[in-house]
Amino acid sequence: MKRVQAFMRQHPWSWSFLAAFTTWAVTAAYISGTGGLALASTALSFSTFFVMVGIGQMFVITLGPGNVDLSIPSTITLSAVVSMMVMDGSNTLIVLGVLAAVGVGLLVGLFNYSLIRVLSIPPIIATMSSSFLVQSSAIALGRGVKIKPPLALEWISTAKILGVPILALLVIAFAIGMAVVLNRTIYGRSVTAFGQNTRAAKLAGVPIERIRYLTYTLSAVLAAVCGVFLAGFSGGSSLNMGEEYLLASIAVVVIGGSSIAGGNSNVPGIFGSALFLFLLVAMLNTFGAAAGLRLILTGLIIVGVVTFAGGRKESR
Amino acid sequence: MTTETVSPLISLAGIQKVFGAVQALSGVGLEIHAGECLGLVGHNGAGKSTLMNILAGTLEASDGALTVSGKSLGKGYSVQDAGNLGIRCVFQELSLCPNLSVAENTRIIHPVLKGFAWRKRAAALIMDQLERIFPGHGISPVDIIGDLSISKRQMVEIARAFTVTETNLGLVILDEPTSSLDARVANQLLDYIEKITASGTSVVLISHLLGEILQVSDKIAVMKDGRVVAFREASEFDRSRLVEAMGSTLAAGVAPRRDVQSAQAIGDERIHMRPSGQPDDQTIRAQAGEVIGFAGLAGQGQTEALLEIFEGHGVLPSGRGGNDCCFVAGDRQVDGVLPLWSIRKNIGIASLRRLRSGALIRNEREQELAEAWKDRIGIRAPNVEAPILSLSGGNQQKVLFARALGSASNIVLMDDPMRGVDIGTKNEVYAIIRQEASQGRTFLWYTTEMEELDYCDRVYVFRDGVVSETLVGSDITEENLLQASFKQVSGAA
Repeated sequence: MKRVQAFMRQHPWSWSFLAAFTTWAVTAAYISGTGGLALASTALSFSTFFVMVGIGQMFVITLGPGNVDLSIPSTITLSAVVSMMVMDGSNTLIVLGVLAAVGVGLLVGLFNYSLIRVLSIPPIIATMSSSFLVQSSAIALGRGVKIKPPLALEWISTAKILGVPILALLVIAFAIGMAVVLNRTIYGRSVTAFGQNTRAAKLAGVPIERIRYLTYTLSAVLAAVCGVFLAGFSGGSSLNMGEEYLLASIAVVVIGGSSIAGGNSNVPGIFGSALFLFLLVAMLNTFGAAAGLRLILTGLIIVGVVTFAGGRKESR
Repeated sequence: MTTETVSPLISLAGIQKVFGAVQALSGVGLEIHAGECLGLVGHNGAGKSTLMNILAGTLEASDGALTVSGKSLGKGYSVQDAGNLGIRCVFQELSLCPNLSVAENTRIIHPVLKGFAWRKRAAALIMDQLERIFPGHGISPVDIIGDLSISKRQMVEIARAFTVTETNLGLVILDEPTSSLDARVANQLLDYIEKITASGTSVVLISHLLGEILQVSDKIAVMKDGRVVAFREASEFDRSRLVEAMGSTLAAGVAPRRDVQSAQAIGDERIHMRPSGQPDDQTIRAQAGEVIGFAGLAGQGQTEALLEIFEGHGVLPSGRGGNDCCFVAGDRQVDGVLPLWSIRKNIGIASLRRLRSGALIRNEREQELAEAWKDRIGIRAPNVEAPILSLSGGNQQKVLFARALGSASNIVLMDDPMRGVDIGTKNEVYAIIRQEASQGRTFLWYTTEMEELDYCDRVYVFRDGVVSETLVGSDITEENLLQASFKQVSGAA
């Protein structure tokens, strides 16, 4: 027991998995029967999208105070609209569509970075204002017409092997890769140094402007890729499809045990907290709680986690 | 002017101050009488500013007794108390709010200026005082401090310290007040000090310019290593006796400088740089294997020059390679330490390229590097996985040295890195610097400590952001250095 406690103290992400598991167990016990397994499967499906954007947001948040990407929802939408238009429902055009989506991500990332660098706008304002532009572009391009995704894309976004979504497996592999990037590559170390003390990082030889550019671009590209799969998952693009990802992308990072003050992040926690966020909503739905109560509880949990994490930091 | 028979206005006895492991003051005793100008001299780090901070209430003494006008002031003596007793201080680092006007800054220390038209009254107060001290100053009360030149800011700061509203002016402490003033304005200030002391206000004048001190002081106290080593009537001193009392550290210790002959044959030139705004043809040069000193008064552009070189200005092709330059911060917390990391990661950050195999950083290689430097530079910690913040300040500084020296950079830039470092650590690091230089590294070393310049082959003295003098070998003396520190460089010179 003591070992478990020590492990959890050293690995703040383990709390999110514990919370996710507890929520699942309570809900599964309430609905009884095989419903629990189906719930787990659904949770994996939906949390996959949270994880995709959450990882990008995590790298941005790691850069330190004031760094947050608010353009994720609009980038999801624009990329979904663009890629669905390029693919036009044809399996042969999927690769081209994905490339177009990545192009959207690269452009949004470059645009965000330019606002921050050239005009010296605080990141939170820069990404917020760019999100208006991106969203407007999506509206102008899509004109609200829902284009169906190609069948192959729809299949890969929804198919399951023994109840485990294929996309979830892909994203798990990707997340492991990103955890290695964060902890073992020059880029990851640089991002972490940047978030602890930008000036010190610069004087230690970290090319801080390149790191900042790469990080905002990474976040935008991941949001764009998420947009493609989300369109495949939900039968096409819609103009409000990114909406819930604004708060969720930040919430999964924070609940996952990454420091909102920057410089100290982890990837596994994003997975745990993405599952937790979905299961929490599912649990409250099962109990028949109203939408208002769900939102209040989500808010309280985030406040609780941040308070708890902040308190821990003080005592060091 | 002195009033020997009356009891002193201020007396300090056995004042001690400890910063972590550093004993800044070890038992200081001083007396200041009303209407007296006390000159306070000593090397950097002798404890002058610390002592004055205690007197002004911005620092609390670790031990000792402070008596003002016969009243003993114990724990909890604060800036407000000092203000009520009529003690004002002009610190080395100017303390005006840069976003406020001259008049508004005056109001800050005069809470009595309130109600309708307070700005007008504050303006009248400060203008009157400026006119008295610095006639022809050219400053307007509505000028925003941030827009003024450093010397005008200093004039405002000084004049503000002498303004009087409700409390009498007992003592004004001036810590290097002329460091940014030209000779004419500095003389105006010295004249004013003589005038105001005649009218009963006491002044403590801290200055590296011994001439100034001898000109206006009634008494002179010499500080060294946190102690007052001489405290006598000014008339008993002359220039050479003062230098002697300060302890000519040039004579003490080994002569670590190489002789000029071997210095000439070291290697390629790596840096050739001309500070922007340099009016004459002096340039900063550095060869492989050289230790170059940047000297002068604090904040005369030495750090800025180092940062320019860090950005790659003036670095010749032979100096490139690795990360070109590495930087050892003096202001540890702001410029150096990555607070969430272990010793290992703090050392490794400047060498990541060499620690990779493929795209991944090998933790065991990073650990080897950190262990090697931990032993070599003597970082006192249980192991390299210990968080950097668990170390004492001096040991954190050693980690920053290890970060720089462990990197592949050929050029090491040091920004007064020994601030607050104890003497044992200093000697260890000096030895390593010499050793690394003899293996071909180039060191550019900004220091405010005279004795560290003994380790330098060539010294560039800075004044107002440009090089005022280049001193080589045996010309690197305190005398020459002080002269050059105050030399105005102009195109005609």
